[in-house]
Amino acid sequence: MRTLTFGDFLYLLEAARWTVLLSVLAFIGGGLIGLGIALLRVSPRRAASWFAIGYIRLFQGTPLLLQLFLVFFGADMLGFPLGAWVSAVLGLSLNAGAFLGEIWRGAIQSVSPGQSEAARALGLHYVPRMLRVVLPQALRVATAPTVGFMVNLVKSTSLAAIIGFVELTRAGQQLNNATFRPFLIFGTVAAIYFVLCWPLTIASRRLEARLGAAYRR
Amino acid sequence: MDYQFHFGDIWAARDELAWGTLLTLELSALSMVISLFIAVFGALAATSGPRWLRAVVSAYVEVIRNTPFLVQIYLIFFGLPAVGVRLEANTCALLAMVLNGSAYTIEIVRAGIEAIPLGQVEAATALGLHRLSVFRLVVLPQALRAIFAPLGSQFILLMLNSSVVSVISADELTAAAQDVQGRTFRAFEAYLVATGIYLALSLMFSGVFAGIHRAAFGRLVKR
Repeated sequence: MRTLTFGDFLYLLEAARWTVLLSVLAFIGGGLIGLGIALLRVSPRRAASWFAIGYIRLFQGTPLLLQLFLVFFGADMLGFPLGAWVSAVLGLSLNAGAFLGEIWRGAIQSVSPGQSEAARALGLHYVPRMLRVVLPQALRVATAPTVGFMVNLVKSTSLAAIIGFVELTRAGQQLNNATFRPFLIFGTVAAIYFVLCWPLTIASRRLEARLGAAYRR
Repeated sequence: MDYQFHFGDIWAARDELAWGTLLTLELSALSMVISLFIAVFGALAATSGPRWLRAVVSAYVEVIRNTPFLVQIYLIFFGLPAVGVRLEANTCALLAMVLNGSAYTIEIVRAGIEAIPLGQVEAATALGLHRLSVFRLVVLPQALRAIFAPLGSQFILLMLNSSVVSVISADELTAAAQDVQGRTFRAFEAYLVATGIYLALSLMFSGVFAGIHRAAFGRLVKR
């Protein structure tokens, strides 16, 4: 056992960069999947919307930790080991896709169907109709819950520690094994997560209040 | 893909997985009940307590909700022995789940209480109802209706989150699956079966909760 030094706190801060990077990549991946899921979910085609419902149920109805395990060990089993880093990004993206898909489906459905009908009457095809009429209006409704979900995503990245990826939580665990100062180390780790998450929580709350005010008018 | 699935080893360990499932359910149910108990007081404190108490409750809620469950588990699991408190892994897991779950449940109950317009309480009081009757006949049924569905989702979330306590080797379902994979080297099969069990449980509970909701509150909704 050794004593805790100032360098150890720098080590935690450096590890926090991986937490941030993992969150950003998972948000991008999850955003792409989520957009696809949301569009499939509102599609008039039965098979498409059933697929999206199944996807959402599956990922929201099972623990994220097991999803990460299945990606990690599943890729191994199929003969192309991905390693902890890629497995974490992939697993978190697949999971985030389900949650973002569900949030964005609600947002898309909150846009009055008359808007879509009018756009169709004006001769707009699916892509420009979605891109220029429906999605911009859905964006307003989607922003607050999406930012709120980002808090969950940042917290979720801590599970990557369990499959062996060295991000903030894992770094804290390593330090604790070496120095055994659990309160100081995990307190610092928790504080760093709090600093990352709290601004997002506040932003989400403000956006929600602003949207609520706009609708009350 | 030339991989051969082998579920034989997993089937041989079915007792262990069944016990794990049972402990997952026990931990989830117990922590839900305790959190709900704490949440009623927490929500009352947050809505009508003195200012300092409100500040304490809201600080607790914010800190828990903005830090990962895994870090909270480590704080408890490594932190308590450092100050001389030794708990069994399962007790530690329960403590972490209660600590975490309470923050979310407080928010749900608080929202339920705040959803009732003050005018209703005033009207009931004006009609001469006793304070207790106002709470029992006016506030409680409406608050229950408002919080039932979110509490159901919270229970399912708690159950899925409980998989994380496997890191401190509480012997719930995920830990059981880990144990089986360590013995048999059938990681994918073990986790696939565990995932299937979690999925079945969450689908079952969401069905049951929806049924209860319809049966208990459907009448209120229609009128």
